[in-house]
Amino acid sequence: MSAAAVFFYAFAALAVAGGLGMVLNVRNTVAGAMSLVLTMVALGGVYVLLEAYLVGVLQILVYAGAIVVLFLFVVMLLNLRGEAFGPERQGFAKVLGVAVVAVLLAEFVWLLPGAFGAPATPPEGFGGYRAVGLALFTDWLLAFEVTSLLLLAAMVGAVVLAKRSIE
Amino acid sequence: MIVEVVVKMLFIVLVMMGLFLPLITWVERKQAAIMQDRIGANRADIAGIRAIGLLHPAADVLKLLTKEDVVPRGANRVLHLLAPVISIVPAIVTLAVIPFGGRYRFGDTTLNLVVADIDWGMLYVLAVGSIATYGAVIAGWASNNNWSLLGSMRASSQMISYEVTMGLSIVGLFMVYGTLRLPEMAAAQDHTFRLLGFLELFGWVERLPGWLDWLRLPAWGIFLQPLGFILFLTCIMAENKRPPFDAPEGESEIIAGYHMEYSGMRFGLFYTAEFLEVPVIGALVATLFFGGWAIPWLSQETLVAGVTPAFGAGFATGLCLLLHVVSFLVKVVALVWLQMLIRWTLPRMRYDQVMDLCWKAILPLSLANVFVTGGLILLVERLR
Repeated sequence: MSAAAVFFYAFAALAVAGGLGMVLNVRNTVAGAMSLVLTMVALGGVYVLLEAYLVGVLQILVYAGAIVVLFLFVVMLLNLRGEAFGPERQGFAKVLGVAVVAVLLAEFVWLLPGAFGAPATPPEGFGGYRAVGLALFTDWLLAFEVTSLLLLAAMVGAVVLAKRSIE
Repeated sequence: MIVEVVVKMLFIVLVMMGLFLPLITWVERKQAAIMQDRIGANRADIAGIRAIGLLHPAADVLKLLTKEDVVPRGANRVLHLLAPVISIVPAIVTLAVIPFGGRYRFGDTTLNLVVADIDWGMLYVLAVGSIATYGAVIAGWASNNNWSLLGSMRASSQMISYEVTMGLSIVGLFMVYGTLRLPEMAAAQDHTFRLLGFLELFGWVERLPGWLDWLRLPAWGIFLQPLGFILFLTCIMAENKRPPFDAPEGESEIIAGYHMEYSGMRFGLFYTAEFLEVPVIGALVATLFFGGWAIPWLSQETLVAGVTPAFGAGFATGLCLLLHVVSFLVKVVALVWLQMLIRWTLPRMRYDQVMDLCWKAILPLSLANVFVTGGLILLVERLR
Protein backbone atom coordinates (compact mmCIF):
# COMPACT_ATOMS: atom_id res chain seq x y z
CA MET A 1 0.00 0.00 0.00
CA SER A 2 1.41 3.41 -0.93
CA ALA A 3 1.89 6.16 1.64
CA ALA A 4 -0.98 8.12 0.12
CA ALA A 5 -3.30 5.12 0.54
CA VAL A 6 -2.28 4.70 4.18
CA PHE A 7 -3.02 8.37 4.86
CA PHE A 8 -6.29 8.16 2.95
CA TYR A 9 -7.57 5.22 5.01
CA ALA A 10 -6.43 6.90 8.23
CA PHE A 11 -8.24 10.14 7.41
CA ALA A 12 -11.28 8.28 6.10
CA ALA A 13 -11.51 6.22 9.30
CA LEU A 14 -11.23 9.41 11.39
CA ALA A 15 -13.93 11.10 9.32
CA VAL A 16 -16.29 8.16 9.72
CA ALA A 17 -15.53 7.91 13.44
CA GLY A 18 -16.27 11.61 13.82
CA GLY A 19 -19.51 11.27 11.90
CA LEU A 20 -20.62 8.35 14.05
CA GLY A 21 -19.62 10.27 17.17
CA MET A 22 -21.79 13.17 16.11
CA VAL A 23 -24.83 11.05 15.38
CA LEU A 24 -24.54 8.80 18.42
CA ASN A 25 -23.86 11.63 20.92
CA VAL A 26 -27.47 12.77 20.81
CA ARG A 27 -27.60 13.48 24.53
CA ASN A 28 -24.34 15.42 24.68
CA THR A 29 -24.47 18.09 21.99
CA VAL A 30 -21.04 19.54 22.76
CA ALA A 31 -19.37 16.15 22.30
CA GLY A 32 -21.37 15.81 19.07
CA ALA A 33 -20.09 19.17 17.82
CA MET A 34 -16.52 18.18 18.69
CA SER A 35 -16.98 14.97 16.68
CA LEU A 36 -18.09 17.16 13.80
CA VAL A 37 -14.82 19.08 14.12
CA LEU A 38 -12.93 15.78 13.87
CA THR A 39 -14.81 14.94 10.67
CA MET A 40 -14.07 18.38 9.20
CA VAL A 41 -10.36 18.14 9.95
CA ALA A 42 -10.15 14.59 8.55
CA LEU A 43 -11.96 15.72 5.40
CA GLY A 44 -9.41 18.52 5.08
CA GLY A 45 -6.72 15.85 5.11
CA VAL A 46 -8.53 13.90 2.37
CA TYR A 47 -8.76 17.05 0.21
CA VAL A 48 -5.02 17.62 0.62
CA LEU A 49 -4.40 14.04 -0.56
CA LEU A 50 -6.53 14.85 -3.62
CA GLU A 51 -4.19 17.84 -4.32
CA ALA A 52 -7.06 20.25 -3.62
CA TYR A 53 -4.82 22.17 -1.21
CA LEU A 54 -6.82 25.36 -0.99
CA VAL A 55 -10.10 23.52 -0.41
CA GLY A 56 -8.40 21.38 2.24
CA VAL A 57 -7.09 24.39 4.15
CA LEU A 58 -10.37 26.28 3.82
CA GLN A 59 -12.19 23.21 5.09
CA ILE A 60 -10.20 23.44 8.33
CA LEU A 61 -10.02 27.24 8.50
CA VAL A 62 -13.68 27.97 7.77
CA TYR A 63 -15.66 24.87 8.72
CA ALA A 64 -13.64 23.44 11.58
CA GLY A 65 -12.18 26.73 12.78
CA ALA A 66 -15.11 29.12 12.53
CA ILE A 67 -18.50 27.63 11.73
CA VAL A 68 -18.52 24.81 14.28
CA VAL A 69 -17.28 27.27 16.93
CA LEU A 70 -20.48 29.23 16.31
CA PHE A 71 -22.51 26.01 16.66
CA LEU A 72 -20.74 25.43 19.96
CA PHE A 73 -21.55 28.97 21.11
CA VAL A 74 -25.26 28.36 20.64
CA VAL A 75 -25.17 24.87 22.16
CA MET A 76 -23.17 26.01 25.17
CA LEU A 77 -25.30 29.08 25.86
CA LEU A 78 -28.50 27.04 25.70
CA ASN A 79 -26.68 24.45 27.82
CA LEU A 80 -28.85 21.49 26.78
CA ARG A 81 -27.95 18.42 28.77
CA GLY A 82 -29.46 14.98 28.90
CA GLU A 83 -32.94 15.37 30.33
CA ALA A 84 -33.69 18.52 28.31
CA PHE A 85 -34.36 16.39 25.24
CA GLY A 86 -37.18 14.32 26.67
CA PRO A 87 -38.03 10.80 25.53
CA GLU A 88 -36.94 9.66 22.08
CA ARG A 89 -39.79 9.76 19.61
CA GLN A 90 -38.31 10.30 16.20
CA GLY A 91 -39.02 6.78 14.97
CA PHE A 92 -40.09 7.88 11.51
CA ALA A 93 -37.01 10.08 11.01
CA LYS A 94 -34.79 7.14 11.98
CA VAL A 95 -36.42 4.82 9.47
CA LEU A 96 -36.11 7.47 6.77
CA GLY A 97 -32.43 8.06 7.66
CA VAL A 98 -31.59 4.38 7.48
CA ALA A 99 -33.38 4.09 4.12
CA VAL A 100 -31.46 7.04 2.61
CA VAL A 101 -28.16 5.64 3.83
CA ALA A 102 -29.03 2.21 2.40
CA VAL A 103 -29.81 3.70 -1.03
CA LEU A 104 -26.57 5.72 -1.04
CA LEU A 105 -24.55 2.67 0.05
CA ALA A 106 -26.10 0.59 -2.75
CA GLU A 107 -25.11 3.29 -5.26
CA PHE A 108 -21.56 3.32 -3.97
CA VAL A 109 -21.25 -0.45 -4.10
CA TRP A 110 -22.92 -1.25 -7.46
CA LEU A 111 -23.00 1.87 -9.63
CA LEU A 112 -19.88 3.91 -8.88
CA PRO A 113 -16.99 1.45 -9.46
CA GLY A 114 -15.98 1.62 -13.13
CA ALA A 115 -18.38 4.47 -13.88
CA PHE A 116 -15.67 7.03 -14.48
CA GLY A 117 -12.61 5.36 -16.01
CA ALA A 118 -9.07 6.40 -15.09
CA PRO A 119 -8.63 9.82 -13.41
CA ALA A 120 -7.13 12.58 -15.58
CA THR A 121 -3.75 14.02 -14.58
CA PRO A 122 -4.32 17.46 -13.06
CA PRO A 123 -2.56 20.41 -14.73
CA GLU A 124 0.42 22.10 -13.06
CA GLY A 125 -0.53 24.06 -9.93
CA PHE A 126 -4.02 22.53 -9.84
CA GLY A 127 -5.96 23.23 -6.67
CA GLY A 128 -3.43 25.73 -5.32
CA TYR A 129 -4.35 29.25 -4.22
CA ARG A 130 -2.93 30.70 -7.46
CA ALA A 131 -5.10 28.61 -9.80
CA VAL A 132 -8.23 29.14 -7.70
CA GLY A 133 -7.56 32.87 -7.34
CA LEU A 134 -7.01 33.32 -11.08
CA ALA A 135 -10.20 31.43 -11.91
CA LEU A 136 -12.18 33.45 -9.33
CA PHE A 137 -11.00 36.86 -10.49
CA THR A 138 -11.09 36.25 -14.26
CA ASP A 139 -13.66 33.71 -15.44
CA TRP A 140 -15.99 33.87 -12.44
CA LEU A 141 -15.62 37.51 -11.42
CA LEU A 142 -19.33 38.32 -11.74
CA ALA A 143 -20.38 35.32 -9.63
CA PHE A 144 -17.73 36.24 -7.06
CA GLU A 145 -18.89 39.86 -6.79
CA VAL A 146 -22.57 38.89 -6.62
CA THR A 147 -21.78 36.43 -3.84
CA SER A 148 -19.92 39.12 -1.91
CA LEU A 149 -22.96 41.42 -2.23
CA LEU A 150 -25.16 38.63 -0.90
CA LEU A 151 -22.84 38.10 2.07
CA LEU A 152 -22.76 41.85 2.75
CA ALA A 153 -26.56 41.96 2.78
CA ALA A 154 -26.65 39.02 5.19
CA MET A 155 -24.09 40.73 7.42
CA VAL A 156 -26.02 44.01 7.54
CA GLY A 157 -29.18 42.05 8.25
CA ALA A 158 -27.52 40.22 11.15
CA VAL A 159 -26.29 43.50 12.66
CA VAL A 160 -29.74 45.09 12.35
CA LEU A 161 -31.41 42.08 14.00
CA ALA A 162 -28.82 41.90 16.79
CA LYS A 163 -29.13 45.58 17.73
CA ARG A 164 -31.95 46.18 20.19
CA SER A 165 -32.47 49.77 19.15
CA ILE A 166 -31.10 51.77 16.27
CA GLU A 167 -30.40 55.40 16.93
CA MET B 1 14.81 11.49 3.30
CA ILE B 2 12.86 10.31 6.37
CA VAL B 3 15.99 10.67 8.52
CA GLU B 4 16.48 14.23 7.33
CA VAL B 5 12.88 15.18 8.18
CA VAL B 6 13.10 13.58 11.63
CA VAL B 7 16.38 15.37 12.40
CA LYS B 8 14.93 18.73 11.37
CA MET B 9 11.79 18.06 13.41
CA LEU B 10 13.80 17.12 16.48
CA PHE B 11 16.00 20.19 16.12
CA ILE B 12 13.19 22.74 15.94
CA VAL B 13 11.01 21.06 18.60
CA LEU B 14 13.92 20.55 21.00
CA VAL B 15 15.13 24.13 20.60
CA MET B 16 11.62 25.49 21.18
CA MET B 17 10.41 23.11 23.92
CA GLY B 18 13.67 22.13 25.54
CA LEU B 19 15.54 25.42 25.44
CA PHE B 20 13.18 28.36 24.93
CA LEU B 21 10.20 27.11 26.93
CA PRO B 22 11.88 26.64 30.35
CA LEU B 23 14.05 29.72 29.88
CA ILE B 24 11.09 31.91 28.98
CA THR B 25 9.25 31.18 32.23
CA TRP B 26 12.38 32.30 34.04
CA VAL B 27 12.96 35.33 31.79
CA GLU B 28 9.37 36.43 32.24
CA ARG B 29 9.71 36.48 36.03
CA LYS B 30 13.10 38.14 35.98
CA GLN B 31 12.11 40.75 33.42
CA ALA B 32 8.97 41.57 35.42
CA ALA B 33 11.11 41.84 38.53
CA ILE B 34 13.64 44.16 36.88
CA MET B 35 10.94 46.36 35.39
CA GLN B 36 9.24 46.60 38.81
CA ASP B 37 12.52 47.10 40.71
CA ARG B 38 12.38 43.75 42.51
CA ILE B 39 14.83 40.84 42.67
CA GLY B 40 12.48 38.16 41.32
CA ALA B 41 12.44 34.39 41.66
CA ASN B 42 15.68 33.20 43.29
CA ARG B 43 14.75 30.85 46.15
CA ALA B 44 14.77 27.39 44.51
CA ASP B 45 18.09 25.74 45.28
CA ILE B 46 19.94 22.44 45.08
CA ALA B 47 22.41 22.09 47.98
CA GLY B 48 22.44 25.86 48.43
CA ILE B 49 23.21 26.62 44.79
CA ARG B 50 20.60 29.04 43.51
CA ALA B 51 21.96 29.80 40.03
CA ILE B 52 20.15 33.18 39.87
CA GLY B 53 16.76 31.47 39.93
CA LEU B 54 17.42 29.23 36.93
CA LEU B 55 16.19 26.21 38.92
CA HIS B 56 12.68 27.65 39.14
CA PRO B 57 11.41 26.17 35.86
CA ALA B 58 12.38 22.69 37.10
CA ALA B 59 10.74 23.37 40.47
CA ASP B 60 7.56 24.54 38.73
CA VAL B 61 7.32 21.40 36.63
CA LEU B 62 7.92 19.14 39.67
CA LYS B 63 5.22 20.97 41.60
CA LEU B 64 2.70 20.69 38.75
CA LEU B 65 3.45 17.00 38.22
CA THR B 66 3.01 16.05 41.87
CA LYS B 67 -0.10 18.14 42.52
CA GLU B 68 -3.47 16.46 42.87
CA ASP B 69 -5.37 16.36 39.59
CA VAL B 70 -8.95 17.39 40.34
CA VAL B 71 -11.85 16.92 37.95
CA PRO B 72 -14.81 18.92 39.26
CA ARG B 73 -18.13 17.21 39.97
CA GLY B 74 -20.50 17.24 37.02
CA ALA B 75 -17.67 17.85 34.56
CA ASN B 76 -17.39 15.91 31.33
CA ARG B 77 -14.26 13.83 31.97
CA VAL B 78 -13.25 13.17 28.37
CA LEU B 79 -13.63 16.75 27.18
CA HIS B 80 -12.06 18.07 30.39
CA LEU B 81 -8.99 15.98 29.61
CA LEU B 82 -9.02 16.81 25.90
CA ALA B 83 -9.13 20.62 26.20
CA PRO B 84 -5.53 21.27 27.35
CA VAL B 85 -4.27 18.90 24.65
CA ILE B 86 -6.18 20.79 21.95
CA SER B 87 -4.64 24.02 23.24
CA ILE B 88 -1.04 22.90 22.98
CA VAL B 89 -1.02 20.89 19.74
CA PRO B 90 -1.46 23.88 17.34
CA ALA B 91 1.54 25.67 18.87
CA ILE B 92 3.73 22.61 18.25
CA VAL B 93 2.58 21.73 14.72
CA THR B 94 2.93 25.34 13.53
CA LEU B 95 6.69 24.81 13.81
CA ALA B 96 6.53 22.38 10.86
CA VAL B 97 6.36 25.13 8.24
CA ILE B 98 8.67 27.74 9.80
CA PRO B 99 12.10 27.77 8.10
CA PHE B 100 15.04 28.03 10.50
CA GLY B 101 17.56 28.28 7.66
CA GLY B 102 17.70 28.62 3.91
CA ARG B 103 18.65 26.23 1.11
CA TYR B 104 22.22 24.99 0.94
CA ARG B 105 23.93 23.00 -1.82
CA PHE B 106 26.57 20.50 -0.73
CA GLY B 107 27.86 18.88 -3.92
CA ASP B 108 24.72 17.46 -5.48
CA THR B 109 22.55 17.28 -2.36
CA THR B 110 20.42 20.24 -1.35
CA LEU B 111 19.58 20.85 2.29
CA ASN B 112 16.38 22.79 2.88
CA LEU B 113 16.09 23.80 6.54
CA VAL B 114 12.34 23.57 7.02
CA VAL B 115 10.39 20.48 8.07
CA ALA B 116 7.53 20.81 5.56
CA ASP B 117 8.12 23.07 2.57
CA ILE B 118 4.51 23.44 1.41
CA ASP B 119 3.17 25.95 -1.09
CA TRP B 120 0.35 27.12 1.20
CA GLY B 121 2.49 27.42 4.34
CA MET B 122 0.94 30.60 5.69
CA LEU B 123 -2.60 29.28 5.15
CA TYR B 124 -1.56 26.20 7.11
CA VAL B 125 -0.46 28.43 10.01
CA LEU B 126 -3.80 30.24 10.02
CA ALA B 127 -5.79 26.98 9.75
CA VAL B 128 -3.90 25.29 12.57
CA GLY B 129 -4.24 28.40 14.71
CA SER B 130 -8.00 28.38 14.25
CA ILE B 131 -8.19 24.93 15.86
CA ALA B 132 -6.66 26.31 19.08
CA THR B 133 -9.96 28.08 19.80
CA TYR B 134 -11.53 24.74 20.72
CA GLY B 135 -9.11 24.29 23.62
CA ALA B 136 -10.52 27.39 25.29
CA VAL B 137 -14.16 26.70 24.36
CA ILE B 138 -14.18 23.10 25.52
CA ALA B 139 -12.22 23.82 28.71
CA GLY B 140 -14.82 26.29 29.91
CA TRP B 141 -17.81 24.13 29.09
CA ALA B 142 -16.40 20.81 30.35
CA SER B 143 -15.52 22.35 33.74
CA ASN B 144 -19.20 22.80 34.63
CA ASN B 145 -18.56 26.19 36.19
CA ASN B 146 -20.23 29.47 35.25
CA TRP B 147 -17.10 31.58 35.49
CA SER B 148 -15.22 29.07 33.37
CA LEU B 149 -17.97 29.23 30.78
CA LEU B 150 -17.89 33.05 30.75
CA GLY B 151 -14.12 32.91 30.38
CA SER B 152 -14.28 30.54 27.47
CA MET B 153 -16.95 32.70 25.80
CA ARG B 154 -14.65 35.68 26.03
CA ALA B 155 -11.63 33.66 24.91
CA SER B 156 -13.36 32.17 21.89
CA SER B 157 -14.94 35.40 20.68
CA GLN B 158 -11.62 37.18 21.09
CA MET B 159 -9.75 34.45 19.22
CA ILE B 160 -12.24 34.21 16.35
CA SER B 161 -12.29 37.99 15.91
CA TYR B 162 -8.52 38.33 15.87
CA GLU B 163 -8.16 35.38 13.48
CA VAL B 164 -10.10 37.35 10.88
CA THR B 165 -7.97 40.47 11.22
CA MET B 166 -4.75 38.46 11.51
CA GLY B 167 -5.37 36.95 8.08
CA LEU B 168 -6.26 40.34 6.59
CA SER B 169 -3.30 42.17 8.12
CA ILE B 170 -0.75 40.08 6.18
CA VAL B 171 -2.52 40.14 2.80
CA GLY B 172 -0.32 43.13 1.92
CA LEU B 173 2.73 41.04 2.73
CA PHE B 174 1.52 38.23 0.44
CA MET B 175 1.13 40.81 -2.33
CA VAL B 176 4.65 42.14 -1.82
CA TYR B 177 6.34 38.71 -1.76
CA GLY B 178 3.95 37.09 -4.25
CA THR B 179 3.94 33.80 -2.33
CA LEU B 180 2.49 32.05 0.71
CA ARG B 181 5.46 29.67 1.05
CA LEU B 182 7.37 30.66 4.18
CA PRO B 183 10.88 29.63 2.97
CA GLU B 184 10.34 31.71 -0.19
CA MET B 185 9.18 34.65 1.92
CA ALA B 186 12.34 34.44 4.02
CA ALA B 187 14.54 34.12 0.91
CA ALA B 188 12.83 37.16 -0.66
CA GLN B 189 14.12 39.23 2.28
CA ASP B 190 17.75 38.17 1.81
CA HIS B 191 18.79 41.31 -0.11
CA THR B 192 18.84 45.07 0.35
CA PHE B 193 17.22 48.06 -1.34
CA ARG B 194 18.41 51.65 -1.68
CA LEU B 195 16.66 53.85 0.86
CA LEU B 196 16.42 56.77 -1.61
CA GLY B 197 15.81 54.59 -4.68
CA PHE B 198 12.24 55.88 -4.96
CA LEU B 199 13.59 59.32 -5.95
CA GLU B 200 15.08 57.79 -9.07
CA LEU B 201 11.99 55.66 -9.72
CA PHE B 202 9.62 58.61 -9.68
CA GLY B 203 11.99 60.62 -11.86
CA TRP B 204 12.54 63.33 -9.21
CA VAL B 205 16.29 62.79 -9.55
CA GLU B 206 17.93 61.77 -12.80
CA ARG B 207 20.55 59.56 -11.23
CA LEU B 208 21.42 59.15 -7.55
CA PRO B 209 25.07 59.97 -6.76
CA GLY B 210 27.20 56.85 -6.31
CA TRP B 211 28.30 57.72 -2.77
CA LEU B 212 24.68 57.32 -1.63
CA ASP B 213 24.82 53.65 -2.57
CA TRP B 214 25.75 52.55 0.95
CA LEU B 215 22.46 53.95 2.25
CA ARG B 216 20.62 50.64 2.04
CA LEU B 217 18.04 48.82 4.14
CA PRO B 218 17.50 45.06 4.21
CA ALA B 219 14.33 44.23 2.22
CA TRP B 220 12.57 43.02 5.36
CA GLY B 221 8.83 42.86 5.78
CA ILE B 222 8.93 45.46 8.55
CA PHE B 223 10.32 48.07 6.13
CA LEU B 224 8.05 47.05 3.24
CA GLN B 225 4.89 46.66 5.36
CA PRO B 226 5.35 48.70 8.56
CA LEU B 227 1.62 49.00 9.24
CA GLY B 228 1.14 45.31 8.47
CA PHE B 229 3.78 44.49 11.07
CA ILE B 230 2.11 46.47 13.85
CA LEU B 231 -1.33 45.03 13.01
CA PHE B 232 -0.09 41.45 12.74
CA LEU B 233 1.88 41.61 15.99
CA THR B 234 -1.16 43.01 17.80
CA CYS B 235 -3.44 40.30 16.39
CA ILE B 236 -1.14 37.40 17.09
CA MET B 237 -0.47 38.60 20.64
CA ALA B 238 -4.23 38.87 21.18
CA GLU B 239 -4.57 35.30 19.85
CA ASN B 240 -2.19 34.18 22.57
CA LYS B 241 -4.42 35.84 25.22
CA ARG B 242 -1.49 37.14 27.26
CA PRO B 243 -1.66 40.59 28.88
CA PRO B 244 -2.54 43.25 27.76
CA PHE B 245 -5.11 41.09 25.94
CA ASP B 246 -5.92 38.75 28.83
CA ALA B 247 -9.64 39.55 28.98
CA PRO B 248 -10.53 35.80 29.18
CA GLU B 249 -9.21 35.87 32.74
CA GLY B 250 -9.87 38.53 35.30
CA GLU B 251 -9.35 38.12 39.04
CA SER B 252 -12.09 40.54 39.98
CA GLU B 253 -14.69 39.50 37.38
CA ILE B 254 -14.45 35.86 36.34
CA ILE B 255 -11.43 34.68 38.39
CA ALA B 256 -9.11 32.58 36.20
CA GLY B 257 -11.53 32.14 33.33
CA TYR B 258 -11.62 28.91 31.42
CA HIS B 259 -8.70 27.25 33.20
CA MET B 260 -10.00 27.87 36.70
CA GLU B 261 -11.09 24.24 37.27
CA TYR B 262 -7.78 22.81 36.12
CA SER B 263 -5.04 21.70 38.47
CA GLY B 264 -1.79 19.83 38.30
CA MET B 265 -0.33 19.05 34.93
CA ARG B 266 -3.61 19.71 33.11
CA PHE B 267 -3.27 23.34 34.11
CA GLY B 268 0.41 22.91 33.30
CA LEU B 269 -0.47 22.12 29.70
CA PHE B 270 -2.45 25.36 29.30
CA TYR B 271 0.45 27.22 30.86
CA THR B 272 2.91 25.43 28.55
CA ALA B 273 0.79 26.23 25.50
CA GLU B 274 0.71 29.91 26.40
CA PHE B 275 4.45 30.09 26.98
CA LEU B 276 5.35 27.93 23.97
CA GLU B 277 3.37 30.26 21.75
CA VAL B 278 5.67 33.14 22.69
CA PRO B 279 8.77 31.77 20.87
CA VAL B 280 6.55 30.32 18.10
CA ILE B 281 5.10 33.80 17.55
CA GLY B 282 8.64 35.14 17.63
CA ALA B 283 9.73 32.65 14.95
CA LEU B 284 6.71 33.41 12.77
CA VAL B 285 7.09 37.20 13.05
CA ALA B 286 10.84 36.86 12.41
CA THR B 287 10.14 34.88 9.24
CA LEU B 288 7.45 37.22 7.96
CA PHE B 289 8.86 40.60 8.90
CA PHE B 290 12.51 40.28 9.93
CA GLY B 291 14.01 38.20 7.14
CA GLY B 292 13.84 34.84 8.93
CA TRP B 293 17.34 33.39 8.75
CA ALA B 294 18.73 36.22 6.57
CA ILE B 295 21.70 38.19 7.87
CA PRO B 296 21.09 41.92 7.29
CA TRP B 297 23.32 43.54 4.66
CA LEU B 298 25.04 40.22 3.92
CA SER B 299 23.20 38.01 1.44
CA GLN B 300 23.85 34.31 1.05
CA GLU B 301 25.58 34.71 -2.36
CA THR B 302 27.90 37.46 -1.08
CA LEU B 303 28.86 35.43 1.97
CA VAL B 304 29.48 32.18 0.07
CA ALA B 305 31.34 33.98 -2.73
CA GLY B 306 33.50 35.82 -0.18
CA VAL B 307 34.56 32.77 1.85
CA THR B 308 34.87 30.20 -0.98
CA PRO B 309 38.27 31.31 -2.42
CA ALA B 310 40.03 30.93 0.93
CA PHE B 311 38.36 27.80 2.41
CA GLY B 312 36.47 26.01 -0.36
CA ALA B 313 32.79 25.84 -1.28
CA GLY B 314 31.82 23.18 1.28
CA PHE B 315 33.19 25.14 4.24
CA ALA B 316 31.66 28.36 2.96
CA THR B 317 28.19 26.81 2.67
CA GLY B 318 28.52 25.16 6.07
CA LEU B 319 29.54 28.45 7.66
CA CYS B 320 26.63 30.15 5.94
CA LEU B 321 24.22 27.51 7.30
CA LEU B 322 25.53 27.94 10.83
CA LEU B 323 25.39 31.76 10.71
CA HIS B 324 21.86 31.66 9.29
CA VAL B 325 20.54 29.38 12.04
CA VAL B 326 22.21 31.60 14.66
CA SER B 327 20.76 34.71 13.00
CA PHE B 328 17.29 33.13 13.09
CA LEU B 329 17.59 32.23 16.77
CA VAL B 330 18.88 35.71 17.65
CA LYS B 331 15.83 37.23 15.97
CA VAL B 332 13.51 34.87 17.85
CA VAL B 333 15.15 35.85 21.15
CA ALA B 334 14.80 39.55 20.32
CA LEU B 335 11.11 39.12 19.47
CA VAL B 336 10.47 37.13 22.63
CA TRP B 337 12.03 39.99 24.56
CA LEU B 338 9.80 42.47 22.71
CA GLN B 339 6.69 40.47 23.63
CA MET B 340 7.73 40.37 27.30
CA LEU B 341 8.38 44.11 27.19
CA ILE B 342 4.90 44.75 25.80
CA ARG B 343 3.38 42.39 28.35
CA TRP B 344 4.88 44.25 31.32
CA THR B 345 4.50 47.76 29.90
CA LEU B 346 0.93 48.16 28.67
CA PRO B 347 -2.05 48.19 31.05
CA ARG B 348 -4.60 45.39 30.75
CA MET B 349 -7.46 46.08 28.36
CA ARG B 350 -11.09 45.60 29.25
CA TYR B 351 -13.00 42.99 27.24
CA ASP B 352 -15.04 45.52 25.22
CA GLN B 353 -11.86 47.51 24.51
CA VAL B 354 -10.18 44.36 23.15
CA MET B 355 -13.10 43.74 20.79
CA ASP B 356 -13.37 47.42 19.78
CA LEU B 357 -9.68 47.46 18.91
CA CYS B 358 -10.15 44.43 16.68
CA TRP B 359 -13.27 45.42 14.75
CA LYS B 360 -13.12 49.21 14.80
CA ALA B 361 -9.40 49.86 14.42
CA ILE B 362 -7.47 46.86 13.13
CA LEU B 363 -10.03 45.65 10.57
CA PRO B 364 -10.39 48.98 8.69
CA LEU B 365 -6.65 49.63 8.93
CA SER B 366 -5.79 46.21 7.45
CA LEU B 367 -8.27 46.73 4.62
CA ALA B 368 -6.75 50.15 3.93
CA ASN B 369 -3.31 48.54 4.02
CA VAL B 370 -4.36 46.05 1.32
CA PHE B 371 -5.65 48.84 -0.96
CA VAL B 372 -2.63 51.13 -0.48
CA THR B 373 -0.21 48.23 -1.02
CA GLY B 374 -2.00 47.17 -4.20
CA GLY B 375 -1.94 50.74 -5.53
CA LEU B 376 1.77 51.14 -4.76
CA ILE B 377 2.63 47.81 -6.41
CA LEU B 378 0.75 48.86 -9.56
CA LEU B 379 2.45 52.27 -9.57
CA VAL B 380 5.95 50.85 -9.12
CA GLU B 381 5.42 48.21 -11.80
CA ARG B 382 4.24 50.88 -14.25
CA LEU B 383 7.23 53.14 -13.60
CA ARG B 384 9.83 50.36 -13.94
